Amino acid sequence: MKHFVSQLALASALSVAGFAAHAANTDITVAMQLEPPHLDPTSAAAGAIDSVLYSNVFEGLTRFMGDGSVVAGLAKSWDISNDGLVYTFILHDNVLFHDGSTMDAEDVQFSLNRARADDSTNAQKALFAGITNISVLDTATVVVTLDAPNGNFLFNLAWGDAIIVAPESIDGIKQAPIGTGAFKFANWVQGDKIELIRNDAYWGTPAVLENVTFKFISDPTAAFASVMAEDVDAFVGFPAPENLPQFEADPRFQVLVGSTEGETILSTNNKMPPFDNVKVREALAHAIDRRAIVDGAMFGYGTPIGTHFAPHNPAYVDLTGTSAYDPELAKKLLAEAGFADGFETTLHLPPPSYARRGGEIIAAQLAQVGIKAQITNVEWAQWLETVFRGKDFGLTIVSHTEPMDISIYANPEYYFQYENPAFQELITNLNATTDPEARTALMGDAQRMISGDYVNGYLFQLAQLSVAKAGVQGLWANAPTQATDLTAVSWAD
Amino acid sequence: MNRNLIIGLILSAIAILAALVSFIWTPFDHVAMNIPAKLQTPNLTHWFGTDHFGRDIFSMIMVGARTSIAVAFVAVGIGMGLGIPLGLWAAARKGSYVDELIMRANDLIFAFPSLVIAILITAIFGAGAVNAIIAIGIFNIPVFARVVRGAALPIWEREFILAARVAGKKAARISVEHILPNVLNLLIVQATIQFSLGILAEAALSYVGLGAQPPTPSWGRMLADAQTLVSIAPHLALIPGFAIIITVMGLNLMGDGLRDHLNPRTRVART
Amino acid sequence: MIRYTLKRFLSLCISLAVASLLIFFVIEIAPGDPASFMLGINAQPDTVAALRAELGLDVPKFERYLAWTQGMLTGDFGMSYTYRTPISQMVADRLWVSLPLALFALALSTIIALPAGIYAAARRGKTGDVAVMSATQLGVAIPNFWFAMMLVLIFAIKLRWFAGGGFAGWDKGLGAVMWSLTLPAISLALPQAAILARVMRSALLDVMNEDFMRTARAKGLTTTQTLWKHGLRNALIPVLTIIGLQFSFLLAGGIIIEQVFYLPGLGRLVFQAISARDLIVVESVVMLLVFAVIVVNFAVDLAYATVDPRLRART
Repeated sequence: MKHFVSQLALASALSVAGFAAHAANTDITVAMQLEPPHLDPTSAAAGAIDSVLYSNVFEGLTRFMGDGSVVAGLAKSWDISNDGLVYTFILHDNVLFHDGSTMDAEDVQFSLNRARADDSTNAQKALFAGITNISVLDTATVVVTLDAPNGNFLFNLAWGDAIIVAPESIDGIKQAPIGTGAFKFANWVQGDKIELIRNDAYWGTPAVLENVTFKFISDPTAAFASVMAEDVDAFVGFPAPENLPQFEADPRFQVLVGSTEGETILSTNNKMPPFDNVKVREALAHAIDRRAIVDGAMFGYGTPIGTHFAPHNPAYVDLTGTSAYDPELAKKLLAEAGFADGFETTLHLPPPSYARRGGEIIAAQLAQVGIKAQITNVEWAQWLETVFRGKDFGLTIVSHTEPMDISIYANPEYYFQYENPAFQELITNLNATTDPEARTALMGDAQRMISGDYVNGYLFQLAQLSVAKAGVQGLWANAPTQATDLTAVSWAD
Repeated sequence: MNRNLIIGLILSAIAILAALVSFIWTPFDHVAMNIPAKLQTPNLTHWFGTDHFGRDIFSMIMVGARTSIAVAFVAVGIGMGLGIPLGLWAAARKGSYVDELIMRANDLIFAFPSLVIAILITAIFGAGAVNAIIAIGIFNIPVFARVVRGAALPIWEREFILAARVAGKKAARISVEHILPNVLNLLIVQATIQFSLGILAEAALSYVGLGAQPPTPSWGRMLADAQTLVSIAPHLALIPGFAIIITVMGLNLMGDGLRDHLNPRTRVART
Repeated sequence: MIRYTLKRFLSLCISLAVASLLIFFVIEIAPGDPASFMLGINAQPDTVAALRAELGLDVPKFERYLAWTQGMLTGDFGMSYTYRTPISQMVADRLWVSLPLALFALALSTIIALPAGIYAAARRGKTGDVAVMSATQLGVAIPNFWFAMMLVLIFAIKLRWFAGGGFAGWDKGLGAVMWSLTLPAISLALPQAAILARVMRSALLDVMNEDFMRTARAKGLTTTQTLWKHGLRNALIPVLTIIGLQFSFLLAGGIIIEQVFYLPGLGRLVFQAISARDLIVVESVVMLLVFAVIVVNFAVDLAYATVDPRLRART
């Protein structure tokens, strides 16, 4: 009898499996390189946290769309006072956290206050710096008061660091995040995968997918093998551009090439001789062949830039001409600066391949004009300590992935130590300006100023490279922020 | 001369010769990039093809031999330089606290997972050839200390040592004048084995990016660079891989051959 | 015997204490701060300070050392800085991958090596011996990460018999787990098998030169018979010692292999923790590995001493 039952069970299991194969596929396995250290987007800079949770599990008052625009999120609408200081947000009704509690104005107040508190561990605390008061009018209305007009405020609230959390579930957020999104957190096997399931009580358009698995594969070889062997359905942020032609040629896969907010730059220590001499920096800029770097390090993926601004942004100005590849001019400039025989410097390279490979090419190009750049490969922790905080470097390569971050040049303490009062004034003006046209003009001026001062070597805009099985549709090609928004993803029949 | 020794000598000679010749001649400049000419398969101009930057792999293999050999050689040197005196000292003071302390310290170092520690050291103190040498060298110290002590103990019991003692020679002098020459054969054999292990360790460290830094070529880093290209250009992984295998095999065969040649009865610890 | 055991136990304790001091203070030198790493480049100094306080990093080093060692005595390794979960839990989870991998690799290497070693010893000097010995020379010389690359290229990417990596998960059953660990285990086992085969062969040859073997042969047994009847049992001691050593090596030595096959094992945990400067995790895992080796050595010493009383007076 027992034998018979187990046979029956087996038969039914088989038929279920057979059935599942024919039904519309609602499961997806998405791979990415880095695993989140924990699952609280509001207390770490790790992009991997947002890559898993942004928009899927957590939402903010406003949100980024795939094209980079900022639209309403948990806030249905808002009203801005004429002086630009008071924002009144009206929240959506019937929004529930995954634990069943209601999301209301008090949660918004709690979340924003937590982010700007004295003991806050929010990695982007500066986003909230202008807030002077947050008050609750009723359960669906929040009023935020600023100390000065801020043209970026709605944009700032769209960041993953500004998502809305609940005081009831905040203690467990690092391991078991409770948000309001279209997916609920289900399970985390550390070192391996995170699983999400569909939130059937979602307030907005429900997701098509039922089960989502994020896999973490850091090794580029393993990444390639996992896609080729069809272990994963999509790989977002594929680490090896050299493999993409193979995927493109294979009808089983599609390759998505999009934009990111990552300006990849040869950061230069502006206070360290000889880089304090603008002639030397200008020579540096002309010694670099961007095309060779994009071809050699990124296998052709990436848009050359001539300033610290994303080319897909309408306010972008193409300034690549001011630093065209011209090794003879570079040598001449070096000679004028008193370095006819070149000089020695250091080149610190963090782990990503754009830096490691790009660095090898740049070192070879600099050698052509007599600059001997000693390569040191460093890990991120070491890079943060010695380069970023210690400012003990000559050159380094890094991709600045924060959106709209040209204002870092207004901070003379920032690691490349560019100090120009005119630029600082420009950014102060920009921040206080809310008129879109005036903003565009100011942003153009800012781009021209840093390009003309040759603050850093501007290399290329990092491309967002993803591979997916041919049937996957609705994935973001671009990366306006670190996110893998799966709320609109489905399988083609 | 036995067969192992001859084959071993020939195989190791290839790597050593390549390293030496690279100082005066390589077919191309090993750091010169030519990105339009990248990923060529072996051909008449580039005998081993070109890598992802269009560099000549043959030249890189030649200069890479230099890196591998230099790192392993100095690491073995550190092991011998510190391990041999410690081993001699322990043997001379057999059973004393010094002996106990040295041997316990040896055991302790052996207890550490060597690869993990090497990765740690290079990660903590910075990636690079010098730190790779230190990381590999540390684990060579107890190997030599143990081999020397083990081989020296029976020699201390021999009559000519007793004679030297009666003649009033100090232990240190006896160690250097009488013990050391008698354990030299064993040391040479052990050194070849540690040398081959050193080359493997250097390759592993470079593979994870912690060995010699670019543009200095290293076989391990060539393998790391080849990782994602192996399916479109397998020669990028095959050639450095074969270079490592041939060199390590050559050294091991040489070690085995030397052992049989120098003293057929001694056995060397190899783990 | 009791005196010997006590003496060895005392030296075990001293070794562990010295090891813990070494591990903690050498690793703590590492430049880089877990809090700044976590918070990235836009973090304000007060935020970093707040996180350091939250993580307990503002406590003086020596106090942290004491807390760490005291915790370890009760099996509590503390909390990971980045993951914010108890380290003992993380290590236990990872062991469920690394332990089966190490055992699998060890089983493979033993299954290949022992017959090969015995065969070579029995055919000493003949073609079979030369063939086996040449194969072991090759096996020792192949870097295991290179071998892993080749296995992935051939069996996962070209032939697609195996997944390119990853761990199936125990919920999928033992078969799936073994299947997902097959390629990593083979790449780990190959050099170990080569070493083990050589040890097996030479141990047998040593034993065969002993008096009692000659006696056995003189009594009219053939070489093969003596080998099976007497040789094997006596050669097993060095072989078992090597197997024991290899096991601890395999447990930690998978660090690069786990990377190539993206297995969520102990080695990868250490790797991740090093780059995140999650030093407490690195320290704890290294300490555990050292502890395992020291305790195994202690047990082996005692076992030998029980068998052979002469060893108690250390020579």
